[in-house]
Amino acid sequence: MSAQPQTRAGAGEAFAAAFRERRGGLPGAGLAWLEGLREQALERFLAVGFPSPRDEDWRYTDVRVLARRLGVPSAGPGPVAEEAVRALAFEGLEAHRIVFVDGFLAPALCAVGPLPEGAAVGGLAEALARDPEALAPWLRLPEGADGLMALNLAFMTDGLHLRLDDGVVLDRPVHVIHLRSGAGASAHLRHVLVLGRGARATVIESVAAVSEAEAVDNQGTTVVLGEGAALDHYHVREAGPRLYHVGAAGVRQEAGSRYVSHDVTLGGRLTRSGIHVELAGEGAECVLNGLYVVGGRQQVDCHTRIEHRSAGAVSRELYKGVLDGRARGAFTGRVVVHPGAQRTDAEQANHNLLLSEDAEADSRPQLEIYADDVKCSHGSTVGELDETALFYLRSRALDEALARSLLIYAFASDVLERMALEPVRRQLERRLTERLLRPEEAEGVI
Amino acid sequence: MSSSSQHNIEALLKRRYDAGFVTEVEQETVPPGLNEDVIRLISAKKNEPGFLLEWRLKAYRHWLTMEEPRWAHVRYQPIDYQAISYYAAPKQKKDRPKSLDEVDPKLLETYEKLGIPLREQEMLAGVAVDAVFDSVSVATTFKEKLAEHGIIFCSFSEAVQNHPELVEKYLGSVVPYTDNFFAALNSAVFSDGSFVYVPPGVRCPMELSTYFRINAANTGQFERTLIIADEGSYVSYLEGCTAPMRDENQLHAAVVELVALEGAEIKYSTVQNWYPGDEEGRGGIYNFVTKRGACRGRRAKISWTQVETGSAITWKYPSVILEGDESVGEFYSVALTNNCQQADTGTKMVHIGKNTRSTIISKGISAGRGQNAYRGLVRIARSAEGARNYTQCDSLLIGDRCGAHTFPYIEVRNRTAQVEHEATTSKISEDQLFYLMQRGLAAEDAVSMIVNGFCKEVFKELPMEFAVEAQKLLGVSLEGAVG
Amino acid sequence: MLLEIRNLHVSVEGKPILRGIDLAVAAGEVHAIMGPNGSGKSTLANVLAGREGYEVTGGEVLYRGRNLLEMPPEERAREGIFLAFQYPVEVPGVSNIYLLKAAVNAVRKHRGLPELDAMDFLKLVREKLRLVQMDEQFLYRSVNEGFSGGEKKRNEVLQMAVLEPTLGILDETDSGLDIDALRIVSEGVNSLRSPERAFLVVTHYQRLLNYIVPDRVHVLAGGRIIRSGDRTLALELEERGYGWLLDEAARGQAAGQAAS
Repeated sequence: MSAQPQTRAGAGEAFAAAFRERRGGLPGAGLAWLEGLREQALERFLAVGFPSPRDEDWRYTDVRVLARRLGVPSAGPGPVAEEAVRALAFEGLEAHRIVFVDGFLAPALCAVGPLPEGAAVGGLAEALARDPEALAPWLRLPEGADGLMALNLAFMTDGLHLRLDDGVVLDRPVHVIHLRSGAGASAHLRHVLVLGRGARATVIESVAAVSEAEAVDNQGTTVVLGEGAALDHYHVREAGPRLYHVGAAGVRQEAGSRYVSHDVTLGGRLTRSGIHVELAGEGAECVLNGLYVVGGRQQVDCHTRIEHRSAGAVSRELYKGVLDGRARGAFTGRVVVHPGAQRTDAEQANHNLLLSEDAEADSRPQLEIYADDVKCSHGSTVGELDETALFYLRSRALDEALARSLLIYAFASDVLERMALEPVRRQLERRLTERLLRPEEAEGVI
Repeated sequence: MSSSSQHNIEALLKRRYDAGFVTEVEQETVPPGLNEDVIRLISAKKNEPGFLLEWRLKAYRHWLTMEEPRWAHVRYQPIDYQAISYYAAPKQKKDRPKSLDEVDPKLLETYEKLGIPLREQEMLAGVAVDAVFDSVSVATTFKEKLAEHGIIFCSFSEAVQNHPELVEKYLGSVVPYTDNFFAALNSAVFSDGSFVYVPPGVRCPMELSTYFRINAANTGQFERTLIIADEGSYVSYLEGCTAPMRDENQLHAAVVELVALEGAEIKYSTVQNWYPGDEEGRGGIYNFVTKRGACRGRRAKISWTQVETGSAITWKYPSVILEGDESVGEFYSVALTNNCQQADTGTKMVHIGKNTRSTIISKGISAGRGQNAYRGLVRIARSAEGARNYTQCDSLLIGDRCGAHTFPYIEVRNRTAQVEHEATTSKISEDQLFYLMQRGLAAEDAVSMIVNGFCKEVFKELPMEFAVEAQKLLGVSLEGAVG
Repeated sequence: MLLEIRNLHVSVEGKPILRGIDLAVAAGEVHAIMGPNGSGKSTLANVLAGREGYEVTGGEVLYRGRNLLEMPPEERAREGIFLAFQYPVEVPGVSNIYLLKAAVNAVRKHRGLPELDAMDFLKLVREKLRLVQMDEQFLYRSVNEGFSGGEKKRNEVLQMAVLEPTLGILDETDSGLDIDALRIVSEGVNSLRSPERAFLVVTHYQRLLNYIVPDRVHVLAGGRIIRSGDRTLALELEERGYGWLLDEAARGQAAGQAAS
C-alpha cells in the first residue's frame, strides 16, 4: 500500500518554498548536522503529508481542520503586553519565567532568577548559538515521525532549553508561557529538557492566546532523564476558542528516574497532546495524569504511549474527561511491555462524563504485553454520575443541580489533587469551581 | 510466520489440486485462480437463481477494489489468491474413510484425548460419528423432526433452491459484501454452509449443530451461514470445529449472519479447533471469519460464545448490531494461543436502539510463542438512550515468550449511556501452582485446572456437552506449555 | 400522626418486595422494624427517603399529613426526614464539612431561616462532633472516603445531629459495628430523642435495641408486618429467632385462605 500524502494540493509546495526562504534565518543555520536534520524532516513531511483520520493514531483528531489552518510559520513575534503575561502567573508561585510569543523567545517578558551551578534555563536558539554540539544528540528525526512532527523539526524556531548537570536540583519551578499574539499562522517550538543523574526540576507550561485570531501551535518536546532524575511536568492549556494546539513529547527515562506529567486542557479549539515515554532503565517510574474539561466545539485528543523496556518499571496513568456542548474528547493510551521487562507494574485508567446531548467521548486504553511476570491493568468508563452518590447528597437536602455539579467537580478535581505544586492546583481548582458552581456554592468546596 | 510456512500453504494447495481433486474427481473442480468465469461456473454448478449470481459478481467486482486489512495484530506472508482453487465439490462417498481403520491415526488419538473414543461411538452408530465424516446427514437426521415445528435447517445450497425468497431477503443484510476484504471474497465464492429459519414464536426444541462441516474440508474454505429467528422465537446453534482438519494449511474465510427479529433470541456457540500448525509454526489454518448478528426488533437478543483454541491465525469479531430497543448483545470468548499461534479476536457492539445492553467477557490465554489480542469496539450511537455496556478482558500469560494484547475502542455519543471496560493481565500465580501441586497435582494438570478456572465465566455459557469438550480441549491445547 | 403508611406496595425491577405495609408513627416515638434478611426492611427505609429504583405500586405515605411519595429526596430531607444509610456512600472530592454546611443551609433556607455564618456553623458542628466522639480532622476529609465501617456510621449520626431531623430512619446502623462504636452511635441517637422527633430503627438484631429502647417493635417478613408488639417482642425474637414467628404467620395465612 503506498502512503498517499494527505497534503492538500500546493500545501507541500508552500511549505517547501517557505523553508527555502526561511532556512538561512532559522536557529542553527550553518550547522551542517542541523541543516541536514531540517532538510530530512522537510522531506519526510513532503513524503507523508499530514496524518489522516484513517491512520489509527489519528483516528480521533480532526487533522484536516488543523491542516487547513496550518499556514506557513510565523516570521517573528507579535506584540504582547506584560499584563497578559502577569495574568497567567500562578498566585503564590515563585518561578523562573520564560515566555514565548508566536514561537519566539520574548526576552523582555522573561524573568529568570539566579540559577545553581550546572543549570541552564533559557531559549533553544540561544543554546544552539552557544554550544550546538551539546544539543546534537537530542535533536533528531524519530523513526516513524508523522508529518506534523516532521514540520516541527524542519521549522523549529525556538523553545525551552533546560539542562541540569548531574545532581543539580532546581528548587524554583520554571514557568514557561506560550502566547499567541495573532501574528503568523503557525508556530513550531521545540523544547529540550535534559536532566543529569539525580537532577530534579519542575516545569509548568501554560498555553494561552491574547488574540482571537486563528492560530496553530505545533510543539515538540524532548525530555531526557538520567539515572535517578526527577521531573514534574505540568501543562495547563487555557487558550481561547480559536487556538489549534498540537504537542508531542518524547520522554526517555534511565534507571530509577521519575517523570510526572499533569496534562490539563480547559481551553483551545483543538488540542492534541501526545506523550511517548520510554522507560529505558530499571525501576524507572512515570505518572501521567490528565484532565480535559471542555465544551462548545472544543476537541481534545490525548495520546499516550508508555514503553516498558526494562525490568521493574512502574507506570501510572489516569486521564479524565468532562465533555459538554458539542465537545469531543478522546483518549488513547498504549502500554507496551517489551520482552524481558519483567516485574512491570502498569495501571491505566480513563474516565469520562458526558454532560450534553451532543458531546462525544472516545476511549482506547491499550495493552501490548510481551513478558509474563507483569501486573498490568486498565479501565475505562463513560457514563453518568454515580446514582447512589447523587441520592446520598440529595437525601442530605442538597438540590439535584448542586448535587450534580458537586459530583462533576469532585470527578475532575480528583486529577488535580495529585498535583504536588499547590499554587497550580489551587488555581485550577478555582477555574473548575468557576465553571461548574455558582459563586455562593463554590465557597469552601476546594 | 516464516516464509517457509507460506511455502507450505502454497505447496499444500497445489498438492490438493494435483493429487486430491483433479485426479480423482476431475469434473468437480475448477483450476486455481479467480475471475468472473469461475464465479459463473460456481453459480451454474449450484444451479443458482439469477439474483445470487448477480450478487456474487457484484461482490467480486467490489473485492477487486479492496485491500487486505493490515490493522490486525498478526503477521503472515501475503496470500496468493490466484493460487487457490475456489470450487471443489465434496468427494463422493467412496472417497470417504469406510472404517475407522482408514482414518488418520493422529485424528483418532486426538479424539481419545478429548474423551470421545470414536470406536465406542461408532458402535452406538450415533450422531457424533456421522457428524465427523458425513457432511450432510446430520442436518438430514433432524430435518423432519424440525419441520414439524416449521423450522428450516438445511445446507445453504438447499435453501437457495427451496427457499430463495428468504435467502434473497436476508443474504448480505447483516454483512454486506462491501463489509470487508474477506467478507467480499466469501460473498463472491462461498461454496456452502448452513441455513436456519425459525418461525415466529417457535422455541427450537434441540440444539442445532454444524458438526457436519468438518468433513467439508475438501470442498472449500468459504462457508456462509445464515440464521433467521423470526419474532419471539429461540434457537441455540452450535458450531463444532472440535475435530482437527485432516488437511493442513488453508485459508478459511467464512461469513455468518444472524438476524433476530422482535423478541427473538439466538445463541451461537463455537468451539473452534482448526489445525493450529506445528510447534514451529508450520502449517495451520488462517481463520479469517466475519460473524455478525443484527437485533432487528425490540427485546431481541444475540449471544455469541466462542472457544478458540485452533488455527494458526484467528481474525474474527463476532458482533451484534443492537437496532431494536431493549435488545441485548453478549460476547463470551476464550481464546488460547500456544506455540506460534496468533489470534486477533473480539467483538463489536453497536448500540442504536434505546436501553440496549451488551456484555463482553473475554479471556485470552497466551502460551509458548503465541500472540493473543483482544480487539473490541463498543459504539453508543446518539439514538441509544440509556444504553449499557460492560466489558471485562482478562489475559493470562504462560511463559515469557508469548504476548497478550488488549485493544478496546469505546465511542460514546449519548450522555445517558454507561460504558465500563476493565482489563487485567497476569500470569499463573506461583502460589496457586504450588498449592495445587502440594495437593498432589502434576504441574500440567495444575495449570489446566487454573486455566479452566480462569475461563469459567465463559464456559458456563456453553451448552453442557460443549463445555466439557471445551475444557478438555484447553488441556490438549496447552500440552507442552509448561516445562 | 407524624408518619402514616397505608397499605404500601413496592416493587423492585418488577418484583414485589413490600406487599401491604401499614404503620403509624407519632412524634416522640421510636419504632423498631425487625425481620429476617430479604424481608423488605431496607426497601421500606429507602422508599421513605425517596431513592430511585423503587416502584410504589399501591398505597400511600403521609408525612405530617402531606403526600410524602410526591416529594423529591431533597425536599423530604428539608422537611425533616433523615436516612442514616446502611452503606454510607463515599463521595471522593467533596469534603465532609462542605456537605454539612450545604445541607444545613439548604434546610434552613427551606424553613425560612438565614444561613449560618462560618463561625456559628463551626461551633454547631464541633459540639455535635463531641457527641459522636469524632476528631475534627474528619470534617476536612472527603465524605466517607477511606472511613472504617464504624467511622462511616458515626459520620451518619453526626450528620443527623447537625441536621436535627423530625423523623430519623436508621437503616441497619448497627451492622458492622463493634461494641464501642455501637454504644457511641446509640448515645448519639438517644441524645436526639425528644417529644417532637420520631425514629424508625431498622435492624436485624435485638442488640441495638438494648441501647435505643423502642416504644414499638414490628416484625417484617415477606413484605408484610406479621407481628407488632412492645420491646418484649424483640427480646423474644432474640431468644427464639425468627423461625417460629414465620411458621406461625404461614399457618395463620393458610388458615385465613382456608377460611375464605
